[in-house]
Amino acid sequence: MKNFLVFCGALFLLFSTAIHADSSDPTTPSSSMEAMLVELTKVSLKKSLPVLKKIEHESSEEMLPLFSTLLSGNLYYLKSDRSLLARVKQDGKTEYRPLFDSPTANNALTLSKRDVKKVKVNNKLRKYLRGAIARIQLTSKDIAKRQAAVRSLLSSLDSDTIEHIHQLRSQEKNSSVKNMMDVALNLYSAENATSDVARVSAIRHLEGSLENDVRNLLTKLTKDGQSEPVRQAALSALKSIDQQVNRYALVDQLFFGLSLGSVLLLASIGLAITFGVMGVINMAHGEMIMLGAYTTYVVQLLMPNHIDYSIWVAIPAAFLVSGLMGVAIERGVIRHLHGRPLETLLATFGISLILQQLVRSIFSPLNRQVSTPSWMSGSVEINPVLSLTLNRLYILAFALLVFFALLFILKKTSLGLNVRAVSQNRNMARAMGVKTAWVDAMTFGLGSGIAGIAGVALSQLTNVGPNLGQAYIIDSFMVVVFGGVGNLFGTLVAAFSLGIATKFLEPVTGAVLAAITVLIFIILFIQKRPKGLFPQKGRAAE
Amino acid sequence: MNLLTQLLSSSSKHDLSQEASSKDESGKRAFGKHTAPFVVLLLAVTLLASAANLFLPESSALYVSTYTITLLGKYLCYAMLALAVDVIWGYCGILSLGHGAFFALGGYAMGMYLMRQIGDRGVYGHPTLPDFMVFLDWQELPWFWLGMDQFWFAMIMAVFVPGVLAFVFGWLAFRSRVTGVYLSIMTQALTYALLLSFFRNEMGFGGNNGLTDFKEILGFDLQSDATRVSLFVITAIMLSLVFVSSHYILKSRLGKVVLAVRDGESRARFLGYRTQNYKVWLFVYSAVIAGVAGALYVPQVGIINPGEFSPINSIEIVIWVAVGGRGTLIGAIIGALLVNYAKTRFTAILPEAWLFALGALFVLVTLYLPKGLMGLYDQLKSKYRSASDASPDSNDISSTNKEANQ
Repeated sequence: MKNFLVFCGALFLLFSTAIHADSSDPTTPSSSMEAMLVELTKVSLKKSLPVLKKIEHESSEEMLPLFSTLLSGNLYYLKSDRSLLARVKQDGKTEYRPLFDSPTANNALTLSKRDVKKVKVNNKLRKYLRGAIARIQLTSKDIAKRQAAVRSLLSSLDSDTIEHIHQLRSQEKNSSVKNMMDVALNLYSAENATSDVARVSAIRHLEGSLENDVRNLLTKLTKDGQSEPVRQAALSALKSIDQQVNRYALVDQLFFGLSLGSVLLLASIGLAITFGVMGVINMAHGEMIMLGAYTTYVVQLLMPNHIDYSIWVAIPAAFLVSGLMGVAIERGVIRHLHGRPLETLLATFGISLILQQLVRSIFSPLNRQVSTPSWMSGSVEINPVLSLTLNRLYILAFALLVFFALLFILKKTSLGLNVRAVSQNRNMARAMGVKTAWVDAMTFGLGSGIAGIAGVALSQLTNVGPNLGQAYIIDSFMVVVFGGVGNLFGTLVAAFSLGIATKFLEPVTGAVLAAITVLIFIILFIQKRPKGLFPQKGRAAE
Repeated sequence: MNLLTQLLSSSSKHDLSQEASSKDESGKRAFGKHTAPFVVLLLAVTLLASAANLFLPESSALYVSTYTITLLGKYLCYAMLALAVDVIWGYCGILSLGHGAFFALGGYAMGMYLMRQIGDRGVYGHPTLPDFMVFLDWQELPWFWLGMDQFWFAMIMAVFVPGVLAFVFGWLAFRSRVTGVYLSIMTQALTYALLLSFFRNEMGFGGNNGLTDFKEILGFDLQSDATRVSLFVITAIMLSLVFVSSHYILKSRLGKVVLAVRDGESRARFLGYRTQNYKVWLFVYSAVIAGVAGALYVPQVGIINPGEFSPINSIEIVIWVAVGGRGTLIGAIIGALLVNYAKTRFTAILPEAWLFALGALFVLVTLYLPKGLMGLYDQLKSKYRSASDASPDSNDISSTNKEANQ
C-alpha cells in the first residue's frame, strides 16, 4: 500500500517536471542529453567520468551549472525520478532547486534529506571538472572569463585542449586573450614539440610571461635530461623572467611603503597642526583616532543594511565626534596650561587614559570588526605577480585628498590666515583683533577632527580596539618631528619616506627590528638636525 | 649584604665628589629641615615593621605580614625611581618619559644574576643555560650572559648599563641642544624601542615572558621571611642614602648651577658654564639611581619582563613626582608612596576605575596643584603663619618650590 503511494507520487512528480520542461524553459536539455543526465545519477563514481566527458562533448555553455555545482559538491538528485537538483544554503536553511532553473526564481522544492541523494565526486573528477569548466568558458562572451579560462587551463594542457585553443585563437579578437592563448600554445610546444628548434623558439616566446605555470615548466626544463639548446634557452628565459619578477616585487614593496606612509600621514597630519602650529603636545591625539574608528563602528551598527554607503556617513560623523572632543579638551584643560608644554603633555596624557578606559567600559576591551564596503574590497591585478589591494589604494588617495584639503584651509581661508597669524606671533595677532582663544579652539578642533577621519581610514585596515591610538602616537610624533614642526609639506615627505623605509627594511631585518632601526635613526637624526627635515626659517622660528 | 650597600652607595655617589668641596655649613645644609627627620622616620618605620614581622606571632594585632613587607619594599623602590625623575625634572627641567627604561635595565641585570643562580634546578635541568634558552634550543650562553653568575659583576652591570645608556643618549641630546618637549618625546621613543627589542626572543632576555622563577640570592632563599625583610631593610637604607646624597648634591655649588640651567639655560651658558656637561652628569646620576631601584625591585617582586619598558610606566613615574610636588625630593617620595598605595587599593576594589582615577589625577594635579602636595602644604602653612605671626622665616622647601615653577 505504502509502496504504491510512493510510486504514485513519483509518477506525479515525473509528469509535472516533464510538463514544466516542455512548457517554456529554453535552456532545458534535449532528450538525448536528458538520458545522459539520468545515466550520471545511476553509474558508480568510477564510471561517471566517461559520462561527463560525453556530456561535455555534446553540449556547450548551458551545461555549465552542472559542472560547477558538481565541483562544489552541491549536486543532488531526486530519488524518485532522478531529476537533478542543486543544493542551496541560504540564511542557514538548506534548499533544493531544479538544477537548470535560474537561481533567482523562487521555486525551492520542499524536500527532506531522505528524498534526495548526492552525486558523488572525488579529486580525480574535480580536476577534470575544473578543466571542463575552463574549456566551456573559452567560448564565453565575457572577455575576462575567457582570459581566466585560458589561464586556468595552463596547468593541465593536453593535445585536445591545445587543438581547441588553436581553433579559437584564429577567431579571437581581444588582444589580451590572444596573448594568453599564445602563452598556452607556446607552453605546450616548449614541452612537447618534437624538434629542438621549435621548442627553443617557443621558449623564447615565453620570456615575457609572468605566469606561475610558465616558471614551473622552465624550471623543469633547466634540469638534466633535456637537450643542451633547450636547457640554455630555458635558463636565459628564466633569468629574464626572474628579473621582471624582482622588478615587480620592488614595485609591490613600494606600494606597501606608500600605503604605510599614507596611514602615517593621516595619523600625524592632525598632530602636525596641533603640535606644529599651536605648539601644543596632545598625547590624546591617538585617542582621537580611536574615537573616529569607533564612530565608524557605531555608524555601521546603526545602518546595517547600507554598509556600502556607511562610510560616507562615518567620515563627517567621525570628524564631528573627534573635533568636538578636541574643542572640549582645549576649552576645558589646555587653555589653562598655556605656555607650559610639559604640563600640557601630562594633562593630555591623563585625558588619553580616561578616553581609553571609557571606550573599554562602553564597548568592552575586545577588538571590534568594522566591515569593508564592497566597492573597497578586492584588488587590481596588474599581472600575475603584482596586484594592488583596493582599500589601500583608496586610503592612499584619501590621505592625499585630506592633506591638500588641509593645505587649502590653512592657505586660502580666513580661519587658516588667523591660525597662521596666531602661530607666528600670538600677541601681535591679538593686537590686530584676532580672537586668539577662538582660533586656538578651532585649530585644536580641526586637528582632532582630522585624527577622527584618520580613524575611519584605519578601521578599514586593522581591528578597532581601545589601544588603536596608542599604536600610532609615537610613530606620529616621530613623523612630525622628523618632518620639521610647523611644516605640513615636511610631514608629507616624512610620512612617506618613513613608510617606504620601513617596508624596504622589513624583508631584510624583520618587522620589529625595522621599527627599532627607524626609531633609532630618527633619534640620531634629531641630534643632528634638531628642527627636522624642513626647519622653519625667519623670525617665526624663534 | 654589606657588600651590596657599599657597592651601590659608592656608585651612586661616584660622579658628584667633584663638587664636594663646598665646605661651609655643608653638613647643616645637607641635612636640612626636613631631611633628617624624614630619614629617621623612614628607618624607624622600616625597623618597626621588620621587627613586627619577625618577632611577633601571627595572631598578634600588630603583626605585619610578609606580603605587606614585600609591598612596602616595592613602594620604596618606586619612591627611589620617583626621586631619580625628580632630580632631573624638578631641579634641571628635563622631563624624561623614559626613566622606566633605566629602571628595567637595572632590573634585568639583577634578573640575569638570579637566573644564573637557579643553576640546574630549572624545569629542563640544564647546568648553565636558563630554561628559556633550552626551550629555544640554544647551545651556549650568549656573551652578555657571561659573568652574570657573579653577584658583584651583576651589580656593577646594574648601574653601569643604565649609566652608559644615559651618558650616550644625554651626550648626543644635550650637546645638540635638544630640549623641552622634543627631548621628552625622544626619551619616550628610546624606551619604546627598547620595549620592542626586549620582546624579541632573539635578544636573549627571555622575550615576552622575561626572567622569572628565581630561587635564591647569594644563597638565601628568596621565599623566606628573613630574606624578604632583609631586602626591605636594604631598600629603605638605599633610599635614605640616595635621598641624602641627592640632597647634598643639589644643595652644593653644582646644584646651584643645575637650578640656573633649569631657569635660564642660555643665560647660564653665557655666564661661562658648560651647561650640557651639568645636564649629562645629572642625567647619568639619575639613571644610575633608577638602575639601582630596578635591581632592588626584581628580587622582591620575583619577575622582570619587557612590560617594564612600556612608555605608560615611565609616564606614571612622572605623575608620582607631580602629585608629591616636583623640585622637592621629599615630595617625590611621598607622591610615589601615596599614588602606589591608591593603586593597590583601587585595583583590588574597582579595577576598571583605576585608569579613570589615574587619568583624572594627571589632569587635576597639572591644573590645580602645579606644585603638588608639598606646594599645598607650604601654602597652608604660610596661610596659618601669616594669620598668627608674619615672620619671614623661609625654609628651603618653599624656596625651591618658587624656583621649580618655571
